[in-house]
Amino acid sequence: MPSEPPPPQRDPTTAGRPQRRRIWDRNLLFFLVCLAGVGVAVGRILTPPPAPTVRSFDPTLYRKAAFAGVVRELDEAMTADWKQAGLNVAPKADDLIVTRRLSLALTGTLPSIQEIRALESQPEDDRIHWWISRLLEDRRHSDYLAERFARAYVGVENGPFLVYRRRRMVSWLSDQIQQNRPYDDLVRNLITAEGNWTSNPEANFLTVTIDPNDKPEEGEEPKGPDEVKLAARVTRAFLGVRLDCVQCHDDKFGDRWKQKDFHQLASFFAQSEVQFTGVQDDPKREYRFRYLRTPEEVVIPPIVPFNQELLPDEGGLRERLATWVTHADNRPFARATVNRVWALLFNKPLVHPIDEIPLDGPWPKAMEILSDDLIGNGFDLHRLVRVIASSRAFQLDSRAPEGAPPVTDAQERAFAAFPVTRLRPEQVAGSVIQSSTLRTINADAHIIQKMKRVFGQGGFVKRYGDLGEDEFSQTGGTIPQRLLLMNGNMVSEQIKPNPVLNASTRIGMVAPDDETAVETAFLATLTRSPTAEESGHFSAQLRGTKGDERSERMADLYWALLNSTEFSWNH
Amino acid sequence: MNPPTNRAQAPDFCGPDHFSRRSFLQAVGLSGLTWLTPLADLLALEAEKAPKGKPAKSLIFLWLAGGPSQLETFDPHPGKKIAHGTTAIDTSVKGVQFASGLPRCAEIMNEITLVRSMTSQEGDHERASYNMKTGWRPNPTVVHPSIGAVVNHELPNPRVEIPSHVSILPDQWAARGGYFGAEYDAFQTGDPDKPVPDIAPTVNDGRDRRRKQNLAVIERGFARGRQPDLDARKTLHLNTIKRARKMMSSEQVAAFDVSQATKAERDAYGDSAFGRGCLAARRLIETGVRCVEVTLKSFDSHVNNHETHAARNADLDPAFPALIKDLKQRGLLDSTIVMCGGEFGRTPKLNPLEGRDHWPKGFSFALAGGGFRKGYVRGSTDPEGLSESPENPVKVENLHATVLHQLGIDHLKELITPVGRPLTLSAGSVAHDLIA
Repeated sequence: MPSEPPPPQRDPTTAGRPQRRRIWDRNLLFFLVCLAGVGVAVGRILTPPPAPTVRSFDPTLYRKAAFAGVVRELDEAMTADWKQAGLNVAPKADDLIVTRRLSLALTGTLPSIQEIRALESQPEDDRIHWWISRLLEDRRHSDYLAERFARAYVGVENGPFLVYRRRRMVSWLSDQIQQNRPYDDLVRNLITAEGNWTSNPEANFLTVTIDPNDKPEEGEEPKGPDEVKLAARVTRAFLGVRLDCVQCHDDKFGDRWKQKDFHQLASFFAQSEVQFTGVQDDPKREYRFRYLRTPEEVVIPPIVPFNQELLPDEGGLRERLATWVTHADNRPFARATVNRVWALLFNKPLVHPIDEIPLDGPWPKAMEILSDDLIGNGFDLHRLVRVIASSRAFQLDSRAPEGAPPVTDAQERAFAAFPVTRLRPEQVAGSVIQSSTLRTINADAHIIQKMKRVFGQGGFVKRYGDLGEDEFSQTGGTIPQRLLLMNGNMVSEQIKPNPVLNASTRIGMVAPDDETAVETAFLATLTRSPTAEESGHFSAQLRGTKGDERSERMADLYWALLNSTEFSWNH
Repeated sequence: MNPPTNRAQAPDFCGPDHFSRRSFLQAVGLSGLTWLTPLADLLALEAEKAPKGKPAKSLIFLWLAGGPSQLETFDPHPGKKIAHGTTAIDTSVKGVQFASGLPRCAEIMNEITLVRSMTSQEGDHERASYNMKTGWRPNPTVVHPSIGAVVNHELPNPRVEIPSHVSILPDQWAARGGYFGAEYDAFQTGDPDKPVPDIAPTVNDGRDRRRKQNLAVIERGFARGRQPDLDARKTLHLNTIKRARKMMSSEQVAAFDVSQATKAERDAYGDSAFGRGCLAARRLIETGVRCVEVTLKSFDSHVNNHETHAARNADLDPAFPALIKDLKQRGLLDSTIVMCGGEFGRTPKLNPLEGRDHWPKGFSFALAGGGFRKGYVRGSTDPEGLSESPENPVKVENLHATVLHQLGIDHLKELITPVGRPLTLSAGSVAHDLIA
């Protein structure tokens, strides 16, 4: 029998070489891929972001009769009121101050040095309009406004986690605002929302009111969204009417509202319930309530508390309610919207409190003019922002001119001078972070800058104190807030000598002379140029310094700028 | 003489012509009957408003966050099914037992008022914490102030240069000022073995002086064209900076620093952040701070209930009694109220993960000092764990009303909230049996 040939001998010295060579090939390939990746990352970090531009800025829009006409009407009406009240009117504010107000109002932060330079290169007449258009295109504005609106719609609590996702709601709202969805359509969507709260984020408007511990009694249906809470939200957030008190008793201060007004409105939400598929309506559900000083619960019919003729007869309960709330003839809706947008821009509502506007008047003429315009233009929120921001009142200074008597409370109340108001914690945090870098921290910004913003901001806001829903209160400052800005970590990190990350250091190093360094610091933090006294004082401090000493002086200048009243207040 | 048609015009209508024996007897008789009228009720109520003895001056709130199980702390039912193995020990009060994990607390039961029948309507952490810290249920029209904020609002102490409402080791829902405003929010600070945040100046004196000077220049620029008292009336910015600087340089800040206490003291409170927090709380109260909240986190034992509580009790057990004994020794126990508890208790039934879930229908809360009844137990829970209502229940709002009462604060005092609604300081009524 022939023996099998022996297996081929493998030379031990060369045997592994083909595998070894393959391994090294792979190592080299891996190394090259890593190098490419690092190169891309470094390239991204080192290359500057694109200069600020506006995709669709059309200056003629602002000059067209349809737009300029309503602004003129608004200005004339307010001017006439000021004259009649015998009020001094503050002078027109510097463009940069107006841009600061707009940035803080719409994005919660300051304009960057980069943006200020781009602004200055626009024709003078178009600057403010260019800036408004730029902000309304910037995703930051819809994120910021979504959070502000969400506070009015769903409050600030984390809510029942099983059925509520606040972040999804805010993110969805941001999308709607970015697309400039007509506001009446948006509100109708919220009131009639159905489905699962993660895939249909508008349903969170209803599910936030669910109390997970409110278990039904024997034989009772499972509890759905809370009709009472929803009635309160709808009236306050959308109609500027406060019916909360009459939840429990007839109005004690007037004779307009009765307990039944509240509960009959709540009844419109009676049919909503939460199933596996999310929020839906069950036509068999009813709303029962026992009125004060009555013996037993009764079924409450759905009836709206005013303008009953605007309620459609056909359709599901929530559909009918939504149509009524957003009806073009239901003036309270337009007024409440105007008041809210005015409050966002001026940091102070036109009628105070923001969610309690008298149903039967009187109303400021500005409110009526803006409401007409809002209704006539399909509840276009962006347009409302543009109209208000283009008005004379919005562009007035907050202080009196040299030699004139100082601005009075009466002037501020009538908006004959721009009101001085406290900035919110997010606005202060956003301002500290933006002012410490020369470039804009937006969607195009480098990841390091964005991370700085996100992580720095969270801890700061927590300690600074969240105002919650009551965000237009003007209570006095707190000691922890001042300590945080004077000695806190975030601030000292942003101003300390750091040539790579911190504007204060870079300005000191790079500016051609001391006066320019001072001016740049003022522009970055207070969005204005220094006065002669300020320029003289701070230039003298920098005179002849270099290196570490110069960086320290710049840091001390920055510290004073960030700790000034001017920095933490809107004016 | 004809009586004058308008009494007020008659210059001497109190004179002898109109003051006769008859009118005198009428007056005396009427006044004698006053005790039957509502006036007398009001006067009695006024007297009731003041606590017997001197009112307390400060409050320490030991916040057991997450919902401590009554069965593994102050209300064990040893040998019963619901105990699931938790044993009990005798306390210094006959007939009262604590869970075995709290031997040192058991020694001071004779100083404690123990409520075993707390009830609340809130079973969600955020809402229930709000409820227990403020004495109110959450309401969309108003943010209620926490009890510490109420105490500071009603009993301001101008001699204190550091914040008078402090929260040590706060969780995400630290005590707030509510509608009183952010100035009444608790000042938050962490483990006392670390320095108080944001107090230490970050630069040397020379640079600090320069910064102050710089700030003055910029403020001058801002003030131009504005009302001269803008800061005093509205912004309070420079005013607050001044107070903040006062705090930074105040000797009272040393109260936060437990390393200045003796080693014996620190050992007595136990080597934990919570223990140090309790020691700091005592030091702060001595300085004149009105309210200190000290949080012991993570009682939320949905999983592995017994292990969780063993770990938490290890921190609670030395600290709580040390605080009581310390206050007593320094003669501060009568003027300080100590509250100890969480937002709700835990279910008698064990869940499949060997945890207990939320149970607001009969949980424990301990009080000491401030004229509360020593060695007293109010209410009891069902040893079989079947009943959903405890014996002799105490509602959260009534607990708050009683604490306010002992501080000499009228819990029925009405204030106007920002929406215009009048609101009392407490929604409850005083539970007199809790008071000595």
